Amino acid sequence: MAETEFQRRTDIGPPHYEQFLPPVIKKNYGKWDYHEILEAGVMVHVAESGDKLWSVRVGTPRLMGITTIREFADLADKYCDGYVRWTSRNNVEFLLTDSSKIEPLKKDVQALGFPVGGLGNRISNIVHTQGWVHCHSSASDASGVVKAVMDKLYPYFVGEKDLPAKMRVAYACCLNMCGAVHCSDIAILGVHTKAPVVNHNDLPKMCEIPTLVASCPTGAIRPATVDGKPSVEIEEAQCMYCGNCYTVCPACTINNAKTDGVSIWVGGKVSDARSTPKFSKLVVPFLPNTPPRWPEVVDAVVKIVEVYAANARKHERMGEWIDRVGWPKFFELTGFEFTKYHIDDFKHAGETFLRTAALRQ
Amino acid sequence: MTVTKRKTPLLDELEKGPWPSFVKEIKKEAAHNAMANDVLGILERSYEDHISHWKHGGLVGVMGYGGGVIGRYCDLPDEFPNVKEFHTYRINQPSAWFYTTKVLRHLCDIWEKHGSGLTNFHGSTGDIVFLGSSTEALEPCFAELSAEREDMPSFDLGGSGSNMRTPSCCVGPARCEWAMYDTLEACYDITQTFQDELHRPFFPYKYKFKFAGCPNDCVASIARSDCSVIGTWKDDIRVDAAKVKEYAANGVDIQTEIVDLCPTSCMAWDGNTLDIDNSNCVRCMHCINVMPKALKPGLERGAVILIGAKAPIIGGALLSSVFVPFLEMEPPFDDLKELTEAIWDLWGEHGKNRERVGEFIQRVGLGNFLDEIGLEPIPQMVMHPRTNPYIFFEDELEEDEA
Repeated sequence: MAETEFQRRTDIGPPHYEQFLPPVIKKNYGKWDYHEILEAGVMVHVAESGDKLWSVRVGTPRLMGITTIREFADLADKYCDGYVRWTSRNNVEFLLTDSSKIEPLKKDVQALGFPVGGLGNRISNIVHTQGWVHCHSSASDASGVVKAVMDKLYPYFVGEKDLPAKMRVAYACCLNMCGAVHCSDIAILGVHTKAPVVNHNDLPKMCEIPTLVASCPTGAIRPATVDGKPSVEIEEAQCMYCGNCYTVCPACTINNAKTDGVSIWVGGKVSDARSTPKFSKLVVPFLPNTPPRWPEVVDAVVKIVEVYAANARKHERMGEWIDRVGWPKFFELTGFEFTKYHIDDFKHAGETFLRTAALRQ
Repeated sequence: MTVTKRKTPLLDELEKGPWPSFVKEIKKEAAHNAMANDVLGILERSYEDHISHWKHGGLVGVMGYGGGVIGRYCDLPDEFPNVKEFHTYRINQPSAWFYTTKVLRHLCDIWEKHGSGLTNFHGSTGDIVFLGSSTEALEPCFAELSAEREDMPSFDLGGSGSNMRTPSCCVGPARCEWAMYDTLEACYDITQTFQDELHRPFFPYKYKFKFAGCPNDCVASIARSDCSVIGTWKDDIRVDAAKVKEYAANGVDIQTEIVDLCPTSCMAWDGNTLDIDNSNCVRCMHCINVMPKALKPGLERGAVILIGAKAPIIGGALLSSVFVPFLEMEPPFDDLKELTEAIWDLWGEHGKNRERVGEFIQRVGLGNFLDEIGLEPIPQMVMHPRTNPYIFFEDELEEDEA
């Protein structure tokens, strides 16, 4: 290995943000007066000083090569004096002080193959995890499902179709939820449905048994001797398929090509506007993995979006609409089957049972 | 570098359609990078097999750090030798993800030299993610990122494992009129203050901070961080009555869109004047969101501190709950740091392995937890007082005192 000419340093932390702020932001920092959304991907912020800042929001696939990042940098040089930012949902924002640059910038961005949109009562970019691109415990791919879903939801991003309120869709490829999807209007979640399979031959060579036993959150893994060799046994009824054991011991395989798949949840939100934050609730317990385009998942998501768009009132998020009309109506309108899997059986499950006779008949 | 082009009929299907394609992104790098080309190959294999071909890696990282690099190996090293080792760097992003093109190109150049050329802008916690490095390349890449330079800022790694994870924040006062405190500075200050806790895992499990400037919570802090800092205000909503009328004239139905949707029914509209009972307002942001020119948050500003959000693993998903109903958020944020250290001391000593602080609080009881860290119980912390009468009374009610 060649000696590096660079002197490493530790504990320096991130660079200070101020050096990356465009002059108009430095000047008006903390002194913005109001903003207006002008179109699906363009908004203007007006400062107390009267200065105006136009933001053009651009959707990305999150997984990007340096070639594309350099292309974005070229555009930011051409239009934005060399400044650019990303949002919390993997969108790029180009910041302009001259509104005459909006249209040429949009044209250049679209020519590169990237959509402008996602603001206001629209579907913003899907936040998601690594999936089969890079994760060991993924029950499905992330980027592929997201791409297939966003191809269909594209009109709701670019503003060809509007919604009653904003909509946040999120994807996580297993219950660990690196994407923390559990408070999204629509959450797509990869699920394992079977306990890990133990390779008793490899286990003693690859894994420390005490660490493996300790890794199980439900205590389902016990030391055992199999064919005279030290190994473990798994109480399958106790397993909730988290994959933690697979993380510490590759001989406990959680991934299963036949029984892994995708579930769909709806009605979560994180903002406090109108109603308090909510968890997403189960709609579809399992759909099989059908790469490359997961048509069953795409159809289910589109169905949910369309039924919501046709029935919710202005400003009503998915969960607020369902709270108003009731879950029986939601299942009736969307046509999804309600099963025993929809009834919670984890701790505090009883809090989700309906305990009133006041029902829509 | 010349790279043999792979046949990827399944992935090619994901180049179609209007949304930008991650397959195109991988292919662009695969044309000249052998690692990216093998990612393409192994991903196509996953699409054939319906299963991931990655294994979690044991201990890899840079010297002196316990976090910041996620070890990853593939289970088909003979077929895809260039991704035999394919580790991930988490690089601590600047507050609110602002960049100059100069620094972006600098990061691209380093990554072109040392890795696959593939990135996430950004990972779920907020870091810049460099996807795919060999074990050998880890140290030189880190040295090049962190070295002191005259003309370029240096970068450090983010968190992974049982440590403080990389804090993140919303766009805040940089470009939002609703930022009730300086989220960028709070995020930067907390990150710098707790560098040791960020890089060296010695907690029971991860601990996340997210800084949201207002209750719209654009960084999902209440769902995704052990410590959620959410901006709010104490005084009255500022009303520009003329602008309210302007919104009404331009098609906003003040009664149905504003008044009827107020969660505490603290507003009234007589067709002329919007009346707000501020003493009953919970600062939910709805009316301000709909009429940003006419209604603005008050000027006595700070944040609500909520603790304990997490995803399902292990004991079920939690949202953060109220600890401090109003905290002034002025640098150097001493009160937040003091609260944080008190929480870490208690949870660090008594938390079980892989027990998030929210789960720990449920196990020991919020009341006991508050006792230990020295916060008074107040009604803002609960939806309602307990309904069950199984109260564990403490020694203060001795018979002879009753």
